[in-house]
Amino acid sequence: MKMSSLDRILLLLTGLLAAYQIAVGIDGLDAFAITFYTLAFGVLLVAGLLMLILGLSVLDSPVVVIVSTLIPLSLSLGLVWESLASYRTPYLLFTILGFASVILTRSFSMPGNLSVIALAIVHGVAGMVIFLLPIVFAINGQAGPGFALVGAGGGLIGLGGLLLSFLKAGRPILPKETVLKVLPGLLLVMTATYVAGFALR
Amino acid sequence: MNILTARFRLYWPLTKPLQSGLLLATGLAGYMSARCPVFHVGTVLELAGSLFLAIAGSTVLNMWWDRDIDAIMKRTRTRPTSSGSIPADEVLRLGLILSVVGVGWAVAMNPLYGLVVFAGLFFDVVVYSMWLKRRTCWGILWGGISGAMPILAGRVLGLGGFDWVGVALALGVLFWIPTHTLTFSMKFVKDYEAACVPTFPSTYGLSYTRAIIAVSSVLAALSMGGAAIGIGMAWGFLRLLGVLSAGLLMLAFAITFRPSEQVNFGLFKYASIYMLAAMILVVIEVL
Repeated sequence: MKMSSLDRILLLLTGLLAAYQIAVGIDGLDAFAITFYTLAFGVLLVAGLLMLILGLSVLDSPVVVIVSTLIPLSLSLGLVWESLASYRTPYLLFTILGFASVILTRSFSMPGNLSVIALAIVHGVAGMVIFLLPIVFAINGQAGPGFALVGAGGGLIGLGGLLLSFLKAGRPILPKETVLKVLPGLLLVMTATYVAGFALR
Repeated sequence: MNILTARFRLYWPLTKPLQSGLLLATGLAGYMSARCPVFHVGTVLELAGSLFLAIAGSTVLNMWWDRDIDAIMKRTRTRPTSSGSIPADEVLRLGLILSVVGVGWAVAMNPLYGLVVFAGLFFDVVVYSMWLKRRTCWGILWGGISGAMPILAGRVLGLGGFDWVGVALALGVLFWIPTHTLTFSMKFVKDYEAACVPTFPSTYGLSYTRAIIAVSSVLAALSMGGAAIGIGMAWGFLRLLGVLSAGLLMLAFAITFRPSEQVNFGLFKYASIYMLAAMILVVIEVL
């Protein structure tokens, strides 16, 4: 599928926003939280640049499912690390095991729907953490109201991640053309809500 | 006026504006990395003018010298020098004028700066193009050294002398150049073979070439990282440079272990974006 000029502009803006967030937006946090956020926005930045250079055909690579899992996992881990100190170790374990299970189920043939189940659990849990935590903190006053935008971004990343992952897993929720058409816009809105949410917390 | 405009349009492609622009950007970043006590707009403009003329001059002279092999290669046969749309003597005169004015201007600004600019031009035109390019694939090493001179020249002008940060910046560019040019020579290996120009892919094979690309990518990222720390770059910008370097290393890893035409093209383009972004970070850091 040929990429339009608008898609290119949207991906470039996504990359610039992710670069801004890495360079400026996460300063002053705990070193581990910074590392996890850097990983999440770094994957967004490099993926955006590669899509810009190679076109959306880069999404045909089998590595995409694995790499795209890094974004919600590291972002949710950053949020948990920053805000829920008592859950740090269990969630870190979930992240490591979840990521390992996605790599394993993508690298070797698995019986039944195991690869899809692993993907759904990892994306589902990480997406819910990113969606719910910021909204809860914004409501109970632990963060500014604007932090809820990160939750909105979490909803979008959950949606985007599921669309892309199930497409790659051979069980598309929407037709491939539709997914590829909305993906650049979805990535930009998602990144913009994260950047705005972190700035307004 | 119309004649002048027409000449300018004819000559402009001879300077390879994008390539010269990227090298100029490295020179400006090198200058700004020195954090000069006083920011002289006049000096920056003079640096840009002299460096651009010298870079453009050496590019025109290379094109003049290589016009016979450019005419053989599909990729370059439409160049004004190989298609014959500009007489060879005229191209030579243009290259010499640009080079002499550029280097002369640089020497007048600062003799040490002028020496580095001259070294870049000499390595590129005489050592690389005229002497080694058609004899050995290792000639690109000298092409790389000349490509590293603009950033070193900028740093020398800003600082008034040499330091390890300037050398690290130059090494960053030097090691980045194989990542850029070897992926290019892999894509057009048949063209170079037809023109009897030795390249790494034709001399040592694709696997060896890919290994060199991977190693030079690692060294480029390490050199740029070292230079950035030496400049005193803020943590946020260092993080961003680290992420961009990780992307470069990932592609270098991919080209070594899962090579494909797509990865080759991706690395070629990404390497340019990487260098431009690294230079922008150096400049933003200082502003």
